[in-house]
Amino acid sequence: MAKDEAAEHERMRRFRDAALPYLDDVHTLARYLVRDAADAEDAVQECYLRALHHFDTYRGPAMKSWLLAILRNVCNDEFARRRDQEIPTDYAQDASIIEKMPLWQEAQASPEGLMLRAHDSAAVRRLIAELPEPFREVIVLREISDLSYREIAEITGVPVGTVMSRLARARAMLRSAWNAMEGAAAAPSTTDAKLSS
Amino acid sequence: MNCAESEILLHALIDGELDAGHARQVEAHVATCSACAEKLASFRAMRKAMSGAALKEAAPPHLRSRIEQSLTPPAPAAVPARSFFRPTRRWFFGGFALGAGLSAAVAAGIVLTIVPKNKGQEIADDLLSAHLRSLQANHLLDVATSDQHTVKPWFNGRVDVAPPVIDLTAEGFTLLGGRLDYLAGEPVAAIVYQRRKHVINLFIAAHSATKSAGAPSESVQGYNIRHWSQNGLDLWAVSDLAGGELDEFAQKITAGLRAAAGS
Repeated sequence: MAKDEAAEHERMRRFRDAALPYLDDVHTLARYLVRDAADAEDAVQECYLRALHHFDTYRGPAMKSWLLAILRNVCNDEFARRRDQEIPTDYAQDASIIEKMPLWQEAQASPEGLMLRAHDSAAVRRLIAELPEPFREVIVLREISDLSYREIAEITGVPVGTVMSRLARARAMLRSAWNAMEGAAAAPSTTDAKLSS
Repeated sequence: MNCAESEILLHALIDGELDAGHARQVEAHVATCSACAEKLASFRAMRKAMSGAALKEAAPPHLRSRIEQSLTPPAPAAVPARSFFRPTRRWFFGGFALGAGLSAAVAAGIVLTIVPKNKGQEIADDLLSAHLRSLQANHLLDVATSDQHTVKPWFNGRVDVAPPVIDLTAEGFTLLGGRLDYLAGEPVAAIVYQRRKHVINLFIAAHSATKSAGAPSESVQGYNIRHWSQNGLDLWAVSDLAGGELDEFAQKITAGLRAAAGS
C-alpha cells in the first residue's frame, strides 16, 4: 500500500520534471487556438491531466511535441462538443474560399516587398489570431513554438508535404494582412518603407 | 524548378528544412526569377519582424500554481505537523513550540543531507557494476553496429526516452552499439563507445531530480564517472579511460547533443 503510494509519488514527480518546463509552450498554443483566456487555461490543465494519465505508456515523440499534440486534441474535443451545441459557423465555407485564394496577393498600396516594420507585438498577435484554422495553428507551431516540419506533422497528424503547403499559404495570408495593416497605418510614408535588400 | 514549386520550397529554404541539393535548386531559381526573389525577401523580412515580437503567451502564475498543485500528491507529513503545532501554540508553551520546530527542522536537515548522499552513492555503485558487468564476455552489446541509425531505433519501446546516438568515430571514439541496462531499478539506454582498448558506457535516462541530485562525477576504484544533464536527459559516462580523455568525450557528446537540439 505504502509502496504503491511511493511509486505513484515518484511517477508524478517524474512527470512534473519532464512536462512542466513546457508549460509556457502549451499555454501559448492554447491561447492562439482557443482565444478566450479562461478557456485556454482550462484546456492547459486538462492537457496536463491527460498527459499524466497516459504518462506510463509515453514512449515519444519529444515531450514538447507530445504535450502540444494532447493540447490540440483537448481543444478539438472541446470545439467539437460546442459545435454540436451551438449554432453552426460558416467555418467550412470559409475554408473552401481560402483554398481557392491565390498564394500570392499583390499588396494594394506598395506592390514590391513592402517593409514590415517591427510592429508592437500586440498587433502581430492579432494578425495571427485572425488567421483561420489550420493556418493559424501551423504559424504558431512554426514561428512561435519553433518546431520542425517533422514535429509539426506529428502533432497535427498530416504529412510533411501538407505542413509545407499550409505554411506557404499561411505566410501568404499573414503577409497580405500585414501589408494591409501597414497600408492603413502608414499610408503617407509608404515610399520610404521599401525593403533595402 | 518552376515558380509553383519554388513558391512552396522557398519557405522550406527560409526554415532551413531543405537538403543541400534542393536548397541549391531553389537558390538557382530565385537568382533568375525576380518575382520569386521578391517573395523570398518579403517572407524573410516578415519572419525577422515576427522573431523580434513577443508572441509567446507565458502561463500566468495562478495557472502555473493550479497545475503544479494538481500534479502534487498531498504531503502526508503536513497533516500531523499542523495538528501538532496548532494546539501547542494555543497553550502558552511558546518556547516549546519553537524548540519543537527547531528540532523538527534539524531532523529534516539531517534527513535531507543524508538521503541525496545515499542516493548518489547508490547511483555510482549501480553505474560501476553496470559498467563492469558489461565488460564480461557477451554482455557488452544487445545491438552491435557502428551505425547510429540502427542503434537509436532499437531502443524504441525498451526505454522511456529516445536516446540520442552520436557518431564520434571521426573524433577517435568508435561507436560499438547499444545495450539495455538498469540504473536504480529503472531501464536505461547504454550507448557503448571505444577509444583504443578502453570501453566507454554512456548511460542515458530521462532527467530526474533524485538521480541527478546525487550526481557523481568522480573516480571509483580506478574508473571515472562523468555526469551531466542536458535536453531533459541525465547522462553518465563511465570508463577506465583517463579523466581528461573522458572529459573530452563528455564535451563531444554535449556538443553533438546541442547541435542535434538546435537543428
